[in-house]
Amino acid sequence: MKILVPVKRVLDYNVKARVKADGSGIDLANVKMSMNPFDEIALEEAIRIKEKGNAEEIIAVSIGVQQNQETLRTALAMGADRAILVVATDDVHNDIEPLTVANILAAIALKEGPSLILCGKQAIDNDFNATAQMLSAKLKWSQATFASEIEVNKDIVRVTREVDGGLQTIDAKVPAVVSVDLRLNEPRYASLPNIMKAKRKPLEEISPADLGVEMTQRLKVIKTKEPDSREAGVILENIDQLVEKIQETVGG
Amino acid sequence: MKILVLAEINDGELAEDQTSKTVSAAAKLGKVEVLCASNQCSDASKKIAKMENVENVLVLEDDLFAQSLAESYSETLMDTIRSYSHVFAPSSSFGKNILPRIAGMLDVMIISDVSKVISEDTFERPVYAGNAIQTVQSIDKVKLISVRTSNFDAVPLTGSANLKKIECNTKNSLTTFIENKIQTNDRPELTSAKVVVSGGRGVGSKENFEIIEGLADKLGAAVGASRAAVDSGFAPNDWQVGQTGKVVAPDLYVAVGISGAIQHLAGMKDSKVIVAINKDEEAPIFQVADFGLVDDLFKVVPEIEKKI
Ligand SMILES: Cc1cc2nc3c(=O)[nH]c(=O)nc-3n(C[C@H](O)[C@H](O)[C@H](O)COP(=O)(O)OP(=O)(O)OC[C@H]3O[C@@H](n4cnc5c(N)ncnc54)[C@H](O)[C@@H]3O)c2cc1C
Repeated sequence: MKILVPVKRVLDYNVKARVKADGSGIDLANVKMSMNPFDEIALEEAIRIKEKGNAEEIIAVSIGVQQNQETLRTALAMGADRAILVVATDDVHNDIEPLTVANILAAIALKEGPSLILCGKQAIDNDFNATAQMLSAKLKWSQATFASEIEVNKDIVRVTREVDGGLQTIDAKVPAVVSVDLRLNEPRYASLPNIMKAKRKPLEEISPADLGVEMTQRLKVIKTKEPDSREAGVILENIDQLVEKIQETVGG
Repeated sequence: MKILVLAEINDGELAEDQTSKTVSAAAKLGKVEVLCASNQCSDASKKIAKMENVENVLVLEDDLFAQSLAESYSETLMDTIRSYSHVFAPSSSFGKNILPRIAGMLDVMIISDVSKVISEDTFERPVYAGNAIQTVQSIDKVKLISVRTSNFDAVPLTGSANLKKIECNTKNSLTTFIENKIQTNDRPELTSAKVVVSGGRGVGSKENFEIIEGLADKLGAAVGASRAAVDSGFAPNDWQVGQTGKVVAPDLYVAVGISGAIQHLAGMKDSKVIVAINKDEEAPIFQVADFGLVDDLFKVVPEIEKKI
């Protein structure tokens, strides 16, 4: 089977997001960008499925600015076989909505015919948690979100999902879209030889128009502001003071 | 305007707090109808009917909805949903699974994790793990909204809505339920508890986590955990608080052996009072804590438990 893995380029998770002074968004000029951590986990899982002999090819896709090439080179160095870059904007501050991303990915899926699409469950920038679900709706494929375990059989993927009460296991018919959670695996680092090899792997560049997808925006971002900040409080001297504060708070 | 709320029901059991707070958010725009879809609806629908501002409860009793699989909703309810201008669901694993799929089917955007309803088309939602708050305006015909329930109060149970039976006649041929591993305990639910005691990597082991649980039980609290504690197997996944876990806003949040990474803060910084116990005085958790104690948790926690 073929596996498709969409990877998003986002502000690195170790970097604190700064709101621009004019309230127009987050400042992304000259900051460290990386692959969305959840997408890294999705890609790692695809590589493990392939290493077990259950997949022949892994295609990484990224949608956004030209620089997403770097993210795709990382994906190729980790173990993707080839990459597709959809250049959809020339401004890194222009976040493409999950609905449009789903439309683009659906068009690619219809062309490439993967049996499985492995997505990160959410992007750590817009925190929408929506692309996988929208994509499976567009394709009318089965959906399994928040996976912490994936077992690939011929026509079925068995997915254990992290849900609010604990864990839920479901069988999803192939082709399926699966979104992954943090505990699925620990992604590998790309080795130096693999980084070198990745430079020669195919990376195709296309536009949304090539796929017949229209760029739309349904949610207009009117304003971006800092959250109400919390003042640091007091450091207490001993346990008795702490007990007193806890009792005051819970009214005991 | 015609507003629908998807009640969260798992195997006949209403998630009352989540549903009530979602009704509360939706009711900022007007009276609502609530869809009660499950394998057993009698208890759940009666509870929903009492929620203030609910006009009608649409009761859809069918085994198809026992396990809240996304396809069961999206394949069968599109005609019903299309007739509303707004559809709300809690931003729990239930709502996050189902609502964006419905959005995809309707070709509209989802407005996830709404923390404030400003008007019928304008909403606030946190982004970047809560490091920024965005105001967004939707141009879609049907607005699909998942609600960050910790930002809303439950509605009073003063209503008496009508119950209306509805039916569906489709199947979910895409996914099949296999099993649930649901942890049950007598503690309050994490997302609605007044007090939460959470442990992090500093707690060190599953056995040691008992001291966190001991203090929680003394305080009648729910137990939470950092991702590091869950990943290390000290605590089950459904205890995780944070950007990718649960969002809580109790009256008191006690963070024990938790450093205070932004992803953890995203899930608890709206708590009324935050107490932190950490042996490292530089730990970022102290920057958001109202009260901090710099000490060894193994000494402090059992002693607090004794003295309370
Ligand atoms: C995409 C993504 C999503 C994430 N989502 C979440 C999330 O939802 N929730 C979450 O929590 N994390 C999340 N994380 C992880 C987060 O970045 C941190 O790694 C995690 O929160 C750290 O957990 P911790 O504070 O328990 O561990 P550490 O950072 O290791 O802190 C342990 C603390 O315990 C203290 N300590 C140790 N021993 C003692 C002792 N004897 N007495 C007192 N104090 C002691 C130490 O001083 C230290 O401050 C996410 C990360 C990523 C990349």
